[in-house]
Amino acid sequence: MTSPLEQKIRIAGPSIVTANRTSDGVVIYRTAANGWSTSLPDAAIVRTVEEARALLAESVADDVGAVGPYIAPVEIKDGGKVKPGNLREHIRLKGVTIDLLPLPA
Amino acid sequence: MYAYDELDRTLINERVEEFRDQVKRRLSGELTEDEFKMLRLQNGVYLQLHAYMFRVAIPYGTLSSKQLRRLAHVARRYDRGYGHFTTRQNIQFNWIKLAELPDALADLAEVGIHAMQTSGNNTRNVTSDQWAGVAPGEIEDPRIWSELLRQYTTLHPEFSFLPRKFKFAITASAHDRAAIKVHDIGLRLHKNAQGETGFEVLVGGGLGRTPFIGKTIKPFVPGRDLLSYVEAILRVYNQYGRRDNIYKARIKILVHELGIEKFAAEVEDEWLAMRDSALTLDDAVVEEIRSRFSYPAYQKLPHMPEELKQAAHDPLFERWRKNSVFTHKVQGYAIVTLSLKPVGGPPGDATAEQMDAVADLADKYSFGEIRVGHEQNLALPHVAKRDLPALWKALDKVGLATPNVNLVSDIIACPGLDYCSLANARSIPIAQELTRRFANHDTADLIGRLHINISGCINACGHHHVGHIGILGVEKNGEEFYQITIGGRADENAELGVLIGPAVPYGEVADVVEDIVEAYLALRARPDELFVDTVKRLGVEPFRERVYATR
Repeated sequence: MTSPLEQKIRIAGPSIVTANRTSDGVVIYRTAANGWSTSLPDAAIVRTVEEARALLAESVADDVGAVGPYIAPVEIKDGGKVKPGNLREHIRLKGVTIDLLPLPA
Repeated sequence: MYAYDELDRTLINERVEEFRDQVKRRLSGELTEDEFKMLRLQNGVYLQLHAYMFRVAIPYGTLSSKQLRRLAHVARRYDRGYGHFTTRQNIQFNWIKLAELPDALADLAEVGIHAMQTSGNNTRNVTSDQWAGVAPGEIEDPRIWSELLRQYTTLHPEFSFLPRKFKFAITASAHDRAAIKVHDIGLRLHKNAQGETGFEVLVGGGLGRTPFIGKTIKPFVPGRDLLSYVEAILRVYNQYGRRDNIYKARIKILVHELGIEKFAAEVEDEWLAMRDSALTLDDAVVEEIRSRFSYPAYQKLPHMPEELKQAAHDPLFERWRKNSVFTHKVQGYAIVTLSLKPVGGPPGDATAEQMDAVADLADKYSFGEIRVGHEQNLALPHVAKRDLPALWKALDKVGLATPNVNLVSDIIACPGLDYCSLANARSIPIAQELTRRFANHDTADLIGRLHINISGCINACGHHHVGHIGILGVEKNGEEFYQITIGGRADENAELGVLIGPAVPYGEVADVVEDIVEAYLALRARPDELFVDTVKRLGVEPFRERVYATR
C-alpha cells in the first residue's frame, strides 16, 4: 500500500488533515497542537504543499490514535468560520443526509 | 436450517479470540494499521466515512429466529439500532466501535454467526436462492452444496490470498434468483440427459468497473467432482490472475483476456491432474451435510383455506398478497417476501425492533426460519396460507408490509456516499426520492415489474449494470452526477444495461426515471409487456429521445 506521504500532494486552497479515530472510527481533525479534535474549527489550516506535507507527516506518525489521515479541502467563510470543502467532508462532519428508519423513543 | 457441529463452533469461537487479541494489539500500538488492515478485513471490518463498518455473513441467506434476534441485539447494543441487508446476503452495521467488535463477534458466535471472509481477497460468503428448499420445481436444495462450499472455502490456506475477492452463487431453479451470471463462479444445479444431477459451471461474471456476464465453462459437472473442479478454477486464477493492477485482478478479466476456450483448457488440464483425489466427494460426505439440515414438519393443508377466501375481500390485503406471496412447493404453504423498502426509507435497512418482530413472526408462522435475498428484502419461507391474513396485519404494524415487492419502488441501493469511503455520490437519497415519486400503488401496479438498481460508484455494490433501470453515481467537478442505463437484468437471461446518454445532476435523476417510465407506458406493446422486454424490443433510442429531448 502506498503511504500517504509518498502520494503527490495537491492543494488548491486552505486545507486540513482529517482521519478516523482508531478506537471507534469517529471523524477527527489534526490540530495545531499536534493532537486530534472532533471539532473542525480546531483543525490546523494549511495553505501550501509544504505545510500540508508536514502536517500529514506528523499525523501519519500517530498510527495508534488515528487511521488513514489525508488532506482535505476546507472553505474559510467571512468571519473565519471553517466549512468542509466538498460534499464528502460535509457528510463526514454533519452525518448522513438521509432519513433513517424511525427508531423507538 | 443447518445445525453447526462442534468443529464449526470451535472454529468460530477460536476466531473470535484470535481477533480479540489482534484488536487489543492494534489499540495498544503493537500492530500498525498497515499490519492490522488485512486482519480486520478478513473479519468483515471496514473503515467508512464516519465509523467502522462490520459486515456479518448470512451463508446462503438462511437465518434462524434466534440468529436474527442476536443480530437485533448487536444493532441495539453495539450500533445505532439498525442494520443494512446487502446484495450478497450479508448484514452490515455502520457505526460499530473497534474496541467493542470482539464482544459483538462473541455474541454472534454464540448463535453460530460469524464475519469470516466477508471482506478481503478470499472466497466470500456463498450466496444462493433465498427460496432454496421451498421453490416449486427446484432440482434439489442448493444450500447443501452451498454449505459444502462454505466449509471447503472457509480459511482455505491456498485461497486466502487470491489476486482479488472471489464470489460464488448457486441456484437450483430454472428461474435464477441468485444472480449467478454476475458472480466469479456461478453454479446451476440441473439434470443431464441421463437424469443425473450436476452443475452447469459459469465463470468470469461480475460487475464493478468492468462488467461481464459469466460464461459457461462446463455444462455439466457431477456433484462428486464439484470441489475438484472448483479448485481447478481457483488454482488457474491464483496462478495467472493479475496482482499488479487491482482493477484487472478479478477472474473476469483473466477469462476475458485469455478467452473462455483457453481458460477452460487450462482448468481442464489442472482438473484432470487432480480429479480423482481427496477432493472427490463420496455420497456419505454429501449426505452428512444434508442430514444436518432440518426441514419443517409440514401439515396437510388445503390449497385455499377459508381464512384466505375471507381476506380476499380486503383490497389492501389483496394488494399485498399479489406481490409479496409466492407459490411454495408444499400445498397449503406460501413463501412471503417482507419488503425492506418502505416509502422514503433506506433500502435494505431494518431496525432492531423490526428484526425482533420478524424473529417472533418466524417462530409463530414460519417454523422459526427467515431468508435474506440479494434484492435486500427478507422472506418467511414456510407460511401456512391460512395464516397469511394474520401475518399481514402483524407485518403492517412494524412497517414491513409495503406492497411493492418487484415493483418500481423495490429498489436495490448501495450505502453510497452517506456511508461509504469509496463512493463518489449518494445512492440512498436517490432511492428515497424515487420511492416517494412512485408511492401511489395503482401507478406502480400499472407499471408492473421494474427493478431499479443504484450504485454510488463504479464498484457497483448496487448492481446498477443489471438493473432494468441502472443508476450510477459519478463525480464531476465536485458535483454528483448520475449515469442512467436501461435494459439490464440479473436473472437467467442476464444482460448488462445500456447507457442512454450523458450523466444528469442529482436533482434531475428522479425526473429522468419518471420520463423513462412514462415512455415505457406509452411504448409497451401490451399491458403485460415488462419494461425490460420493451427495451429489448425497441432498444434504448426511444427512451434516449424522451429523456434528452428537453435537456
